[in-house]
Amino acid sequence: MEKINNITSTCIPLPLENVDTDQIVPARFLKATSKEGFGDNLFRDWRFDKEGKPIESFVLNNPNYSGTVLVAGKNFGSGSSREHAAWAVAGYGFKVVISSFFADIFKNNAMNNGVLPIVVSEGFLSNLFKSIENDNKATVSVCLENQTVRNDATGETEHFDINAYKKECFLNGYDDIDYLLANKDKIEEYEKKLLTPNS
Amino acid sequence: MNTLFDKIWDSHVVSKVTDGPTQLYIDRMYCHEVTSPQAFDGLRKRGLKVFRPEKITCIPDHNIPTLNQEKPIKDLVSKNQVDTLDKNAKEFGTGYFPMGHPKNGVIHVVGPENGLSLPGMTIVCGDSHTSTHGAMGAVAFGIGTSEVEMVLATQCVFQSRPKTMRINFEGNLKPNVTPKDVALYMMMKLTTGGATGYFVEYAGEVVRNMSMEGRLTLCNLSIEMGARGGMIAPDETTFNYIKGTDFAPKGEDWDRAIAYWKTLKSDDDAVFDREITFYAEDIQQMITYGTNPGMAMPINSTIPTLDDIEESGRVSFLKSLDYMGFKPGQSLVGQKIDYVFLGSCTNGRIEDFRTFANFVKGKKKADNITAWLVPGSWKVAELIKTEGLDKILNEAGFEIRQPGCSACLAMNEDKIPAGKYAVSTSNRNFEGRQGPGARTILASPLTAAYVAITGKLLIPNS
Repeated sequence: MEKINNITSTCIPLPLENVDTDQIVPARFLKATSKEGFGDNLFRDWRFDKEGKPIESFVLNNPNYSGTVLVAGKNFGSGSSREHAAWAVAGYGFKVVISSFFADIFKNNAMNNGVLPIVVSEGFLSNLFKSIENDNKATVSVCLENQTVRNDATGETEHFDINAYKKECFLNGYDDIDYLLANKDKIEEYEKKLLTPNS
Repeated sequence: MNTLFDKIWDSHVVSKVTDGPTQLYIDRMYCHEVTSPQAFDGLRKRGLKVFRPEKITCIPDHNIPTLNQEKPIKDLVSKNQVDTLDKNAKEFGTGYFPMGHPKNGVIHVVGPENGLSLPGMTIVCGDSHTSTHGAMGAVAFGIGTSEVEMVLATQCVFQSRPKTMRINFEGNLKPNVTPKDVALYMMMKLTTGGATGYFVEYAGEVVRNMSMEGRLTLCNLSIEMGARGGMIAPDETTFNYIKGTDFAPKGEDWDRAIAYWKTLKSDDDAVFDREITFYAEDIQQMITYGTNPGMAMPINSTIPTLDDIEESGRVSFLKSLDYMGFKPGQSLVGQKIDYVFLGSCTNGRIEDFRTFANFVKGKKKADNITAWLVPGSWKVAELIKTEGLDKILNEAGFEIRQPGCSACLAMNEDKIPAGKYAVSTSNRNFEGRQGPGARTILASPLTAAYVAITGKLLIPNS
């Protein structure tokens, strides 16, 4: 996993609520057996028409917007557990998704793929959308070490939550399996004194 | 003063990372072909074996066709994914019910009906509807592919402990109001993100009186309001459902299991982070009108107007209605429908087919309706025959297809065409879920039967 610490970037705004994982990557594109190439199908049915031509009005097709930060409306990533959604977001090149609320599984999946989900207040989010609307070159600055996110246009800064363990993972670029594998004796110990008769 | 959730979770904690997640031991993992290939690949790259193959069951369900399963899958990309699961299950020595196997079907139907999902277990799958298995009195939740790899490698998963919520349903349901209506009502009240961060226990008179299959439907839809999972304390209904199934404990093991399972309930003084009570008398027959399951209403009600919607949500609301071809404030009574889908992990069980068949018995399918009736498993398909439901359905003009996820997410050939309206007993009405441009209205099997006969949305009252 790639390391993340300080990021300053322009933003791609998606001011819609309840963007579900079927919109992030539709089911018919889940048939691959590798993690590669999902970025091409990010928001597929909003981004391309039936003939595969770009839909100009969709923000990813608007040359005025670019950057490694996606700013999305409340409850981003609801629905299915497909990690393909996180692979698509990461594959497109996003490092950070900012929203006022994330669905649980998407949030975990994003973190397991080097994409930092940042939860901000409704007020911060709505001001950030306004800043981007006023100036498509408006930037945000994220500092993972201090757990802060700043709307550089207004100077508004918020602290965001991330548990210390996940923060370490991001800062050092290591993943959960490395940690769990180093922990195998504990697993075998647990199995010896299994508490439930089903196991 | 522990909740049911606390009891099961706590008995599965292997370790806790300081200011980090909990390492949770997993009793059962199911793998399907869509969310597992990259996990098995990861294992190969790390040079690892599956740590506890006897606790893993592989079942292809998402891509498999519902006609001619005995022939090779025509879509080569789908075929490759199903073949990859076959290769992985065999190479790593896990449990495996391949396509066409008598125990094949939709994972969330197969697990409970075979006694693989039991009270007190921790159960995961790379599939959000794993919440279904919580109806057995288990802590069951969907995970991503990285987490599938964790479980394959270590039989453990890292999770942060969710908050707990209890939802009580008190009173007695009105006639023709089914568990699916109960779930859609709950989602209308709580919205699509209303239980995010929580693990839900369902309780109250309605739940105690609900059949096991009804409980599976209710828990299945927990994820549609964002919950990590939903669960119900096991009782005689649960034990009777499990008893005699192929993988259920037998003999002395059964007695020991029952004694343990009977301890699995929230203590009288258990405290939940949030508790909500709904009353059965308020629940009517429900449908959805929009593009998430929280956009639900009683069939005889009207779509909300713009004034009813918070300002920040109006753009999404209008986009959603535009996709569906509906207007704010509109009634959907009499809305012409093109497709009916009976099936999925939500409503593809034998009770659902009984309900549908009982209603259509002696009637004829409407000419404008294309109906796809897809059993949730081969076991359900067999019961349909044993009970003679196939004859009733055939006489009414319906065909029964072969088991699989089918039109619930349209990864196989069962796609609703763009612009067409489908009344579906499945779980998601997202844009494009049942095929690009498809317009999905979620409903109960009874409502679906009514639509299949009349050709339009009406209130099933007979």
